[in-house]
Amino acid sequence: MAQPLLQSAGAVAPAVPASKPETNPICDLKVEGLCKSFGKDRNVLRGISFSVGREEAVALIGSNGAGKSTALRCALRLIEPEAGSVLLFGEDISAARQRQLRRVRAEVGFVFQKHNLVPRVSALTNVIHGNLGRAGGIRGWSQLLAATALRDRAMACLERVGLADQALKRADQLSGGQSQRVAIARALMQQPKMIVADEPVASLDPVAGQEVMDLFRQLTREEGITLLFTSHNVQQALAYSDRVLAIRQGEVVLDDSSSGLSAADLGKHYG
Amino acid sequence: MADLLTFKHSRLPDRFERPGALHFVVYVALIAFVVWSFQGAGWSFSALVSGGPALADFLSRAWPPSLERLPQLSKALLETFQMALAGTLIGIVLSLPLAVLAAKGLTRPSLLSRAVYTSARLLIALFRTVPDLVWALVFVISVGLGPFAGTLAIAVDTVGFCGRFFAEAMEDVEKGPGEALTAAGAGRFDTIFCAVVPAAMPSFITTSLFALEKATRSSVVLGLVGAGGIGIELKVAMDFFDYQLAMTIILMIFVLVLCVERLGNLTRSRILEGASQ
Repeated sequence: MAQPLLQSAGAVAPAVPASKPETNPICDLKVEGLCKSFGKDRNVLRGISFSVGREEAVALIGSNGAGKSTALRCALRLIEPEAGSVLLFGEDISAARQRQLRRVRAEVGFVFQKHNLVPRVSALTNVIHGNLGRAGGIRGWSQLLAATALRDRAMACLERVGLADQALKRADQLSGGQSQRVAIARALMQQPKMIVADEPVASLDPVAGQEVMDLFRQLTREEGITLLFTSHNVQQALAYSDRVLAIRQGEVVLDDSSSGLSAADLGKHYG
Repeated sequence: MADLLTFKHSRLPDRFERPGALHFVVYVALIAFVVWSFQGAGWSFSALVSGGPALADFLSRAWPPSLERLPQLSKALLETFQMALAGTLIGIVLSLPLAVLAAKGLTRPSLLSRAVYTSARLLIALFRTVPDLVWALVFVISVGLGPFAGTLAIAVDTVGFCGRFFAEAMEDVEKGPGEALTAAGAGRFDTIFCAVVPAAMPSFITTSLFALEKATRSSVVLGLVGAGGIGIELKVAMDFFDYQLAMTIILMIFVLVLCVERLGNLTRSRILEGASQ
């Protein structure tokens, strides 16, 4: 039976984060005082600070509009934050120029809720696009033009997500679950140190969602890839993370080890 | 159950909003302008009625079409289509980079990119707003009489047509795939060619087919100013009152344009079917 998304929506947690759990001293991502507003009265991030240790799996939860997606995008400067600093793999990217930014981004696989695959091209070409951050140019545009070694690596990534047999199928002809797997394969093509996933299973059915989350767990455990993901499913957040961060109205209100938390604890941060 | 379907509000909303005084004045002024435009265009029902017999006379004198010069006319018709095809292809190739520069949101916001965007838009507008016949006259002066002038005129007109629609198609594509590639560290150029262009491709192809249809019609008219093709044959036939020959040319043009349109429709529907899968 599918678990309810939220156990309860009780009292609001205090604005001050709870006791900080022990995290890996080597931080892959360290965000400090990040602020972002859209328009005059919409302060989405109000100086949030958090960190993600190496090889750690961190879940970011919070209700709609809490600022989860904005926080992830600001962390990679896909959206420019108004204040604050971001250290990614020890490099300060707050004021980085495009070249440096591209180099650092190439080490982070970003998985989106809506997959964001290029629709009219094959799954294989989409995976090959994952290498554009490391080597741009016409040979990375399509599987037709790609070098054999690149095609081999892309096929290995598709194999890793169980979709080698769908390599030449057009991305817009894949199911939601398959599309998300191709998006993960594209992220793997980057040979990332870290995967950032913005509600990766929100548009999938429970079975496909669990498969995708299992894949993430495998990657973090077997490949040592750091994982930061957002989710509305509190059970999933607890099951697939080492640590949970909760955001409410643009502020971090919870930062605690998953093992010490219950679904009810997390449910309080909704509503 | 019946209650759910019963409208309980006190008053049904109006079907139309009553226009305010200012709107009313604007509507009246618009109608007056349209009526005035018909007057300015010399619209005359009496001339239309009296022109009927003259038209019938022309048709009777033009029928049956003359097949005497069919081989020469076929050659001229082929040249017309070749002008259209070559001009359209050159125009499409030139449109693509110009459209990238003229599409909002594809380049990083800066003063330079703003200037480039405005310049590209202005250039496209210039190519589009000046009629192809005028371009043909210009190219006849610069490269001389013949199909090359016509081809260049069609190419410029196609840049104006495709440049605008290609740019708009690229502005309208879903931003997600581009964002994904940017997040993966891809550069702007790679993002445009890997995420934006494939998504806009159905629109590019349909626009290009429309451009070819448009160019085929245009290439006929361009001949009238000496820019090659069958147009000059039509002008000569009309000038010498050889209406049977003129009718042959008109029917040949009709068949050519119809064939290009049918082929365009067929290709377009195939592509759109593919896009919806």
